[in-house]
Amino acid sequence: MYRTKTGEDIFVIDGHTHFWDGSPANQKNIHGKQFIECFFAYHTNLSPPEARWTLEKFSKYDAQTMYDDLFVTGYDDMAILNPTYLGDFYKDGFNTTERNAIMKEKHPDRFILNGAFDPRDGTKGLEHLHELKEKYNITGVKLYTAEWRGESKGYKLSDKESYRFMEECVKLGIKNMHVHKGPTIIPLNRDAFDVADIDDVATSFQGLNFIVEHCGLPRLDDFCWIATQETNVYAGLAVALPFIHTRPGYFAHIISELLFWIGEDKILFGSDYGIWTPKWLIDKFMAFELPDDVAKETGVSLSMQARKKILGLNAAKLYGIDIEKQKAKLRQSHAVAA
Amino acid sequence: MTSPQADGVCDHAAAGSTPMDKVAAPEKSAQREAVLSGPADKLAQVWKHLSTVADPELDQSVTDMKFISSLSIDAQDRVDVQFRLPTYWCAANFAFMMADDMRAAVSTLHWVKTVSVVLDEHMYADKINTGLAEGRSFQATFGDEADGDIDEVRQIFLRKAFQRRQETVILHLRALGHTPDGLIAMTLGELDALTLDAAGVSARARYHERRAIAGPVSPDALVVVTADGAPLTIATYPAHLKALRSVRINAEFNGALCTGLLSARYEFDTTSPLLTPQTRHAKVNALPQAQATT
Repeated sequence: MYRTKTGEDIFVIDGHTHFWDGSPANQKNIHGKQFIECFFAYHTNLSPPEARWTLEKFSKYDAQTMYDDLFVTGYDDMAILNPTYLGDFYKDGFNTTERNAIMKEKHPDRFILNGAFDPRDGTKGLEHLHELKEKYNITGVKLYTAEWRGESKGYKLSDKESYRFMEECVKLGIKNMHVHKGPTIIPLNRDAFDVADIDDVATSFQGLNFIVEHCGLPRLDDFCWIATQETNVYAGLAVALPFIHTRPGYFAHIISELLFWIGEDKILFGSDYGIWTPKWLIDKFMAFELPDDVAKETGVSLSMQARKKILGLNAAKLYGIDIEKQKAKLRQSHAVAA
Repeated sequence: MTSPQADGVCDHAAAGSTPMDKVAAPEKSAQREAVLSGPADKLAQVWKHLSTVADPELDQSVTDMKFISSLSIDAQDRVDVQFRLPTYWCAANFAFMMADDMRAAVSTLHWVKTVSVVLDEHMYADKINTGLAEGRSFQATFGDEADGDIDEVRQIFLRKAFQRRQETVILHLRALGHTPDGLIAMTLGELDALTLDAAGVSARARYHERRAIAGPVSPDALVVVTADGAPLTIATYPAHLKALRSVRINAEFNGALCTGLLSARYEFDTTSPLLTPQTRHAKVNALPQAQATT
């Protein structure tokens, strides 16, 4: 919970968190090493000095550290766990649904556990999707389109196989698709970050929501255009938000673009934990004011109501969270724990 | 990023004078400079040619982005360029394009005997380096992993570069008091006749380099047109500007991200390729004069 200067409480749902193991012991090959080191470069480059970790801590943190960073030190009230399997890079996977489930089982009222599917897994993958639904009652999935799988170096949402999986999601009531565009799409002669496939599936699957992590970066311009045309496309703020510390001017431009094109009802806060921690992100976000020239140029404002929506209300809507009921639940489980 | 300017006239001084930089000044660079070895005048010539090669996605010079990790010229005038990218995962097609463009740019120097371009620490480094060493095309290098050449993706980013450079010109002229009515009617000949300061001259020159993307260029052609070459009206102009703004913000954000990731990747890593035993060149702190001014 974040309390404003005037004493108002803001319910925070962190839209994008991970409980990963990128440690050397779990790395399968050079790609595993490079993957966690790339994340670490994001962390190092954009975190304030006091929020920086060592590579060792960053590679593998324990459940208690994560709980404290999100809910004790941090302002999160709830967090969405999004898996990234990376079975080709890590022996036990990087951040699987099963590993994330450890957090969910320990703190059921704190977490929303999402699953994942990979359209290249075919019938077996569909069976796994059913298992995830039965076992964890998932209502969302994370889709990492750049995942390597043997010879394959990624897939598109508009592939025929992806359609099969999304049709299954509709049937199973899994309605939130968290899409992460990565850089290795085949064929290599095309734009690796092209977001046109999101446009395609958002049109075809009106009953599903597409939450595009990193707000389509590095194709924010194309993404905004698509999101404007589709009512079921949302922007996750991870990667853009941390610029609020090192380059507030850039953040001002990005958030004003999103507010202008997509609107305050379609933007979701996400820390991308453990890349960044929610405490400083939210402190800075609440203190942030759009510079006059940017506000004037774009005609948008970052009002208190917009901040509330971005920090929690929008995610609550997508996941059917009744905030007052949830607050009561959390008070109760906190009282039991104490 | 396309065929590099043989005479090296491409001026990247404008890279630091965009509106967004006024909001957030670029951080002081603490990145390691490239390792250089060879006669200073020849190094300066090669560096100048390399500076005409742009990252297609960012529309910024590979030398400004500090992608060059080492450059050496031996006694037989064989040129050896090593480059690095912000992450191991940077798009392979752009990596290949830049490498190929660097090779082409340096090859236009008449005294150069051979050019070797090598990419450091990248997921496709082996494939790309083998392809480059054997002088293969993009398609031949990637085989089944590509279903055609990279012209289409080049075109997409040339259009974005065109849009971005046009916006820089528009913003510059707007600040000088030009009205929307005047801007949408202005011809290239009229633009050339304007007396501008250094930033304006640079913005104009950079726009000229990409104006042909939108159709035939002549003194009578309009300055402000869509990427398809269509003129603007006073009604369509505001939306056009908004779209240009989006392209610019995206590109500048990516540029800032790439710069940050590159510095995090190499500055905090004491085993940087610049300092490993494989580096056969002595580290030279001072770059050639010509580079310092580009």
